[in-house]
Amino acid sequence: MLHIINKSPYDRPALDSALNTGEGAILLIEDGVYAAAKGGAAEARIKAAQGKFKVYALLADLEARGIADRVTDGVSVVDYGGFVDLVAEHKTNQSWL
Amino acid sequence: MKFAILVNEGPYTHQASDTAFQFAKAVLAKGHEIFRVFFYHDGVNNATRLTTPPQDDRNIVNRWSKLAEEHNLDMVVCVAAAQRRGIVDEGEMKRNGKDATNLAPGFRISGLGQLIEAGIQADRLVVFGD
Repeated sequence: MLHIINKSPYDRPALDSALNTGEGAILLIEDGVYAAAKGGAAEARIKAAQGKFKVYALLADLEARGIADRVTDGVSVVDYGGFVDLVAEHKTNQSWL
Repeated sequence: MKFAILVNEGPYTHQASDTAFQFAKAVLAKGHEIFRVFFYHDGVNNATRLTTPPQDDRNIVNRWSKLAEEHNLDMVVCVAAAQRRGIVDEGEMKRNGKDATNLAPGFRISGLGQLIEAGIQADRLVVFGD
């Protein structure tokens, strides 16, 4: 399952809801990319999840928020083409709105 | 691979419509097919041709229309959501006794069955909303 998160972890619990499912891949988009900021309060959650989840973040949204140069280690940065590839690679996807 | 896209948010209020558009473009650039783009809830506001954003801003509605024309996309607006929000085509104008239409080129008004069909026919359905 590909979990698509577009909510800041400091706003709504979408990231935690996805993490509670146990395993899979997480793609952070829109305000969801704030979870990928190195030094943020969500960094520990992202790092702890990396054993069970592969974590990705959308480049354009990182850049729009000025955090593309400080992404938490282990988070893979993808462009929109990479977003499409992730959806294609995973049989199911869930947008946590 | 066949993709279907569901847009649940209006333009200029939330990033969802922008992300859906960029995603749709990337799907086509990758050589995949878009079976349908379905606009639901406030997403139907993406289909009014009367929007006039400032000249230095993106025109979200025209951008969808252009993409549909270039790639022969099927862009469907939910009829019940459209009626509530005043998105009107020729048929709806006559049926509901209205005096104007505002559906942008490339969009068509139809029912929720079109979303269900997209979910069945497409290999992937991706939802964009708030």
